[in-house]
Amino acid sequence: MSEHHYQLNFGPQHPSAHGVLRLVLELDGEVVVRADPHIGLLHRGTEKLMEHKTYLQALPYVDRLDYSSMMANEHAFCLAIEKLLQIEVPIRAQYLRVMFDELSRIMNHMLWVGTCALDLGAMTVFLFGARERESIFDILEATCGARMHPNYYRPGGVYRDLADKMPQYQSSLRSASELAKKNANRQGSVLDFIEDFAKQLPARVDDIETLLTDNRIWKQRTVGIGVVPTDQAVALGCTGPMLRASGVAWDLRKKQPYAVYEKLDFDIPVGTGGDCYDRYLVRMEECRQSVRLVLQCVDWLRANPGPVISDDRKIAPPPRAEMKADMEALIHHFKLFTEGFPVPAGEAYAAVEHPKGELGVYLLSDGGNKPFRARLHTPDFVHLSMLAAMAPGHMLSDVVALIGTYDIVFGSVDR
Amino acid sequence: MIQWLADFFGGLGAPGLLIWTMIKIVAITLPLILCVAFLTLAERRVIGAMQSRIGPVRVGPYGLLQPFADVLKMLLKEVVIPARANRVLFRFAPLLTLAPAVAAWGTMPFSENVWLADLNAGLLYIMLMSSLGVYGIILAGWASNSRYALLGALRSTAQLISYELAMGFALVGVILLTGTLNLGDIVRHQTGSFWHWHVWPLLPLFVVYFISGIAETNRHPFDMAEGESELVAGFHVEYSGIVFALFFLAEYMNMILVSALAATLFLGGWMAPLSFFNELKISGMAPLGDGFLWLALKIAGLLFIFLWVRASFPRYRYDQIMRLGWKVFIPLTLVWIVVVAIGVKWSSLFGGGA
Repeated sequence: MSEHHYQLNFGPQHPSAHGVLRLVLELDGEVVVRADPHIGLLHRGTEKLMEHKTYLQALPYVDRLDYSSMMANEHAFCLAIEKLLQIEVPIRAQYLRVMFDELSRIMNHMLWVGTCALDLGAMTVFLFGARERESIFDILEATCGARMHPNYYRPGGVYRDLADKMPQYQSSLRSASELAKKNANRQGSVLDFIEDFAKQLPARVDDIETLLTDNRIWKQRTVGIGVVPTDQAVALGCTGPMLRASGVAWDLRKKQPYAVYEKLDFDIPVGTGGDCYDRYLVRMEECRQSVRLVLQCVDWLRANPGPVISDDRKIAPPPRAEMKADMEALIHHFKLFTEGFPVPAGEAYAAVEHPKGELGVYLLSDGGNKPFRARLHTPDFVHLSMLAAMAPGHMLSDVVALIGTYDIVFGSVDR
Repeated sequence: MIQWLADFFGGLGAPGLLIWTMIKIVAITLPLILCVAFLTLAERRVIGAMQSRIGPVRVGPYGLLQPFADVLKMLLKEVVIPARANRVLFRFAPLLTLAPAVAAWGTMPFSENVWLADLNAGLLYIMLMSSLGVYGIILAGWASNSRYALLGALRSTAQLISYELAMGFALVGVILLTGTLNLGDIVRHQTGSFWHWHVWPLLPLFVVYFISGIAETNRHPFDMAEGESELVAGFHVEYSGIVFALFFLAEYMNMILVSALAATLFLGGWMAPLSFFNELKISGMAPLGDGFLWLALKIAGLLFIFLWVRASFPRYRYDQIMRLGWKVFIPLTLVWIVVVAIGVKWSSLFGGGA
């Protein structure tokens, strides 16, 4: 470090560190000369902990990887287990998974656009995004009881079918008529609410885009900032919106379809410039495409009732009612929730198109009820490691834009 | 009664005059601090409404006691002084920011003949006072001995000095048009209905002045000095408790000052928007006539724009702010000053009012 450079310790307690990123910056005036990201402040040893839990017990840990798009994490983990077990997932469960994956994508991108705009100083977008997320949290609450960490996908299907009722708003601050208005779309089943939500969302995305897309200041802050050229994006291992913003039409939902994505109709938005603005546009368009997917799933789910979890009692628990009368069902239940299920020896890698990129889960089984080794490949870890290459030459304020548009969540960077 | 009081204290000689001035200062400062308190509440409520949420409503009816709760909280908090800070300057800096912000109100005309001092160089005095505030920011940033604070101070120094220029040029237009630095005379020059206001001939200058005003007060989208997402809190990152509140007090006072000045110079000050209001008389008084009410309304409207802008825009980058100031505002004001000067000369040559 030459003596006229100014060293700034950016984080780990910093409003735009997106959790606990510690970034040691060397500044020449306001221009970044060197950026050195330090990670590991949120390391919880998830991979090691998984080796000491049955597969079912390890599932909640996956929720806590990227805590802004939980369902997509679960999907990757369940796919890896199912690959090892070689079991079929009921088609309804696959539609449910796709629907919740896409809701997760909306949820993630709403949080992303909010925090990224907040980093660049536009505070209202964050509240708008949070409002949409709140609706999705309510859907999760009605579906599986938890708002943040649903633990909804299970090896062999999903935990249970959609509920018939939505939670209602209650407030001492609002009048009865106001409450009735807020609860108007919550009178039907969860599926009705999801449909209503998905139909309204494009207008809500428009609201956000009105504030940002053509805003001069927003464009000055993002256009041409943090450009990742196509070849570099591939070389550095970018996936997801980061890669697509750089002009590569790579999407696992299209290239290596899993669940029922090949039966559904959607487009993948691709950027041209690879700058912060393109990443923003790609993510906003992905929200609209997710709405298309959700609506197709809603239509299918409404028309096709059926089982939502495998009927293999060695893998999936029996229904509650069966357990009341059937001794064998009770034993299955007991065994499943104490010692878990054995998984044939072997290894499996499953990847999903997570909202942030490719989320891969690698499992190595020795035939026991716990993974011998679990390894998680998270997209934002890869993206964050680009920062050291991308930041030099940018100004301090641009580093904030860079971190913002990389869409980093420390739960999944540090694991 | 005011006249009677003035006469009474005036009759007591020099000590009486001092007491009378003190009373006037208190009479201006106390309501001003109250305005700041409720401006913080208004800000949170207005921005809350824009962001489809409620804002503070729990403390007192409609949240009206929230500012007092905040002040109480600030008062009870410990003032932490960093170990390697310069203790004297660290304490002195907020005062240096606050004092000019309050002092600038000295020549502000609130209504016909209602002011602390009827200074002939009133406008110059206000410019002087509002420029002094930057020293507090520099000292705060330097004395904190924190890297974020120092960067914030550097940014804000450069920014304030650049925008001071644009602001000064914008005011030169007003001075050219009115031929006086006395704020009262400037308002009287706009007598009549709203089409007599300076905002019409000087529209570009008004826009530049107001935007520079936002930059001068370090408000969004020019809040580089604080730059929450970049510099955490910029120059006041190390301040806590009531010392921190002093910075906020100064910032909000400056916001009100900039709005008041914009109202006075460009929007006819205390004048009613239509001279017709002066003829609406109830028992000899014109409640809607020229007076403080209109000034207050104009200030409130301009303050609303401050809040509106804060809720809508992303933040500029440091170099973009400088570019905007030097390459857009200063040339624009310079050109318009020439236009105004030609216009004034023209009308004085060929008769007719400017």
